[in-house]
Amino acid sequence: MMAQTTLTPPLVHAPVAVLARRRRFTPARIGIYVFLFGAALFFLLPLYVMLVTSLKGMDEIRAGSILALPVEWTIEPWRQAWSQVCTGASCEGIRGGFWNSVAITVPSTILPILIGAINGYALSFWRPRGANLLFGVLLAGAFIPVQVMIYPLVRLLAGAGIFGSLPAIVLVHLVFGMPVMTLLFRNYYASLPQELFHAARIDGGGFWRIFLHVVLPLSVPIIVVAAIMQVTGVWNDYILGLVFAGRDNLPMTVQLNNVINTTTGTRLYNVNMAATILTALVPLALYFFSGRWFVRGIAAGAVKG
Amino acid sequence: MRAATPYAALLPMALTVIVAYLGTMLWTLRTSFTASRTFPSDKFIGITQYTRLFDNERWMLSLHNLAVYGLLFILACLVIGFLLAVFIDQNVSGEGVLRTVFLYPYAMSFVATGLVWQWLLTPGTGIDGSIAALGFPDFVFDWIVDQDLAIYTIVIATVWQSAGLVMALMLAGLRGIDADIWKAARLDGIPAWRVYVSIILPMLWPTVATVFLLLATSVVKLYDAVVAMTQGGPGTASEVPAKFIMDHLFLRSNIGLASAGAIMLLVPVLALLAPYAYARSRRNRERGHA
Repeated sequence: MMAQTTLTPPLVHAPVAVLARRRRFTPARIGIYVFLFGAALFFLLPLYVMLVTSLKGMDEIRAGSILALPVEWTIEPWRQAWSQVCTGASCEGIRGGFWNSVAITVPSTILPILIGAINGYALSFWRPRGANLLFGVLLAGAFIPVQVMIYPLVRLLAGAGIFGSLPAIVLVHLVFGMPVMTLLFRNYYASLPQELFHAARIDGGGFWRIFLHVVLPLSVPIIVVAAIMQVTGVWNDYILGLVFAGRDNLPMTVQLNNVINTTTGTRLYNVNMAATILTALVPLALYFFSGRWFVRGIAAGAVKG
Repeated sequence: MRAATPYAALLPMALTVIVAYLGTMLWTLRTSFTASRTFPSDKFIGITQYTRLFDNERWMLSLHNLAVYGLLFILACLVIGFLLAVFIDQNVSGEGVLRTVFLYPYAMSFVATGLVWQWLLTPGTGIDGSIAALGFPDFVFDWIVDQDLAIYTIVIATVWQSAGLVMALMLAGLRGIDADIWKAARLDGIPAWRVYVSIILPMLWPTVATVFLLLATSVVKLYDAVVAMTQGGPGTASEVPAKFIMDHLFLRSNIGLASAGAIMLLVPVLALLAPYAYARSRRNRERGHA
């Protein structure tokens, strides 16, 4: 019950009572705006600093304030970050990491969504015996730190001969993405009318036919939410990519960290910040263009069960 | 035939649970009782790895850091997130923009977060330089290179990243509260802040519990942000357990000790999950009776 109320996305309406309390220009209201404005400045500060730093030359950074706008605007740091900076052994910029992340994220989004949808469908409509217990353990697994499982997983994947490859990292993302993906689809399907399913059963539909022709076409909204969450999660992952992807497939986050934390010599802060923005760009763009769906996904994924 | 299909469809989930979750946990548990170093060993040495672990200064320091970090991080996220939600809920103009601004850091990875804040907090050229230039020439903010204070900079960065999430969930909770409560409180002439503290907050308790659970698990998992921001330094000053385990697995070739550490990380997680699962099952049972 409580889960339902907290699930309501915060996009609808201000409560009537609050509307009634609306008064303008009282000291209290000014205080509210001052607080919110101050908080907004704090939250925007890093984004602003990242941007202006990435558009300055190093001389300006050494001489001037971190907050100052560039005197001479330059996109040279961005060019260097994208195609020249050293990410470890090679110095071909962060672009290799970008494409690695794309190659990891696409299958690591499609596969967990597919499996999550099948799981949710089986759990909500077919309810095989023991499935709910299994689901409970799966959800609990979402809380276990990966450090507990990481070494045995390395050995298992090495045993299967795929450790340090694209299939390995996709499989690991599937394993760790499954709890939330299953939860999303299970809850969504639980809100669909059961009659739909019963009618399809009476018409003689089998497991896969009902899934493909009845349930899947109704799943578009939740697939969008799931895709946003999974793309963000996989793109932002560091530890799994570091361990499982292998040297040729290191995702952008790992390469970014290499650029900044393992470089010797002078630190090129402008190039570093350009590389950081480039790495954060995909999930940030996703967030800014799909704000409502993003919030809905967090709310739905956050309420476990 | 037809009855078998749902079981077959759940096979990937069953394999994930049994092999990837439970199997690997048991494997790690077993390894923690062996003398494994670079390579796994079958030589059982009882709880020696655990006694070694708790004799290890770095591990003890990482536990201490995690406690300090966790307490401050959770507290700050809850307070800031709740305040932001309450203030946004006052029917302010520009609500959509404010929500977007408070939540966007949550879309950023901990790596990017750590790297930005590392730059912001770099003594001299960072934000403290700008404050000094404003007419406080002696102003220094060098926590990130201070052995005793580095862990607090990680609190700042990760609170910045996560507080918006708390705000979003709390706001959803606030919007779910019956408007009649406000009417009744106004009729009784109770000041708004008292309504929030004495009535609204207790009603939000399921949301607070969920948020707490989310934040607490992210505390136990804390790794990326530390690696990106301080690499556990200066020295080992901002070491955390997850990083201790990773270092001993992959850099220091001490699989047995790392496994013992990993099993110890399970303790807080289980301690958090058990009451939550208990409350949930009790609620379900009550609902079943009703």
